[in-house]
Amino acid sequence: MPQISRGFHGRRSEGPSDRIPPGQHLVDDFPVLSAGPTPHTPLDEWTFTIQGGAEPASWTWDEFQALPSEEITTDIHCVTKWSKLDTVWKGVSLDTLLGLVDHDAGYLLAFCDGGYTTNLPLEHVTDGKAWIAYDYDGEALEPEHGGPARLLVPHLYFWKSAKWVRGFRLQDEDEPGFWESNGYHILGDPWLEQRYWGD
Amino acid sequence: MAGTAVLGRLTWLVAQVTGAVDETPRVRTLLLEADGWPGHRAGQHLDVRLTAEDGYQAERSYSIASAPGEPLAITIERLEDGEVSPYLVDEARDGDTFEVRGPIGGYFVWEDDGRPVFLVGGGSGVVPLMSMIRSSSESTPIRLLYSSRTLEDVIYRQELDARAGDRVEVFHTLTREQPPGWAGYARRIDAEMLREVAWPSAEQPHVFVCGSTRFVDVAADGLVALGYEPLSIRTERFGATGG
Repeated sequence: MPQISRGFHGRRSEGPSDRIPPGQHLVDDFPVLSAGPTPHTPLDEWTFTIQGGAEPASWTWDEFQALPSEEITTDIHCVTKWSKLDTVWKGVSLDTLLGLVDHDAGYLLAFCDGGYTTNLPLEHVTDGKAWIAYDYDGEALEPEHGGPARLLVPHLYFWKSAKWVRGFRLQDEDEPGFWESNGYHILGDPWLEQRYWGD
Repeated sequence: MAGTAVLGRLTWLVAQVTGAVDETPRVRTLLLEADGWPGHRAGQHLDVRLTAEDGYQAERSYSIASAPGEPLAITIERLEDGEVSPYLVDEARDGDTFEVRGPIGGYFVWEDDGRPVFLVGGGSGVVPLMSMIRSSSESTPIRLLYSSRTLEDVIYRQELDARAGDRVEVFHTLTREQPPGWAGYARRIDAEMLREVAWPSAEQPHVFVCGSTRFVDVAADGLVALGYEPLSIRTERFGATGG
């Protein structure tokens, strides 16, 4: 029996409960979480690189924009307990990107401006589950939200959707990234409430 | 970094309120006793879970204000449209219980190695920084730049006044209203203020910045412009909602 908190009634979430994972609550705004300063990389210096395949692959900003893109409408869930419904993004599917690389890896480690990294099993980023997003809500993605481009892996806690992403390394082994080395769960499924080590 | 450390599962513990301190009209500190609490490091936070009589639950995170080794304390700002913070600030009283789990966070943490420390806090962003000040050794130089709206909104004001001296230097800025004769800063934090207060980057201070997104961006960008290595600036941001 959970501990009853005397005098607590709660405001109750007005949202659909089948879209709000345990321990989360809805927000209307878009909070920001970052471990350090916001990087500002000029687009003419920006590249996206995939390492660890048979051949390294790299795109400039213009080349990346020329790749087939998709519009994604999805709910997002931050480990700090806010969820936001029906966010609208545009970006390139990882199915598209990985289809251009010859590899047999099982995992990736995404790397970003600012030194941030995050790890993902490929089965969690393929078959329409992940994108490199560069538009949010019809506008170019702002730096504080990860622009010019961020990972979007909406079925996992949002720290996996790494801001300022510049590429990833394909690997045979799962290697903890930044938050995963600092107390957060190796996978981060919000429906299983995998917030922290041991969850 | 704690990359190789192994922690067990963080389990929910029953915490009992053993005391409360009204810090400002909107901010209160709760002293907690939680059997099994594993201890924390300065800068970490914990999760609070409240349960209503019908089983409905709400979770939020709060920074730990106490130094490691002291009785556990969290400081909470009441968010007017919040769900958990109004309960913790206005309703909870001695003997009440709720659940906590933690400590959480392996990055926005400070280990006192004697190097100077520059702390930049906006509003209730001062809470994890206070844990650092409270746990610092008698020889570690600390500078705190702390932005509040009015003097009445300054959290831990008396304690900061009492601690301020040669080793712990406290620089206030009041952005909305200043009392007569106010000698501190009287504007939002900016690059000029950071240049006047921050240690030279060559002294390689530890840097911790905590506050709203806009506050943290101004402070972090300003410090980068002063020559601080971006990776040396540890930030924690909170949005307008959440509590």
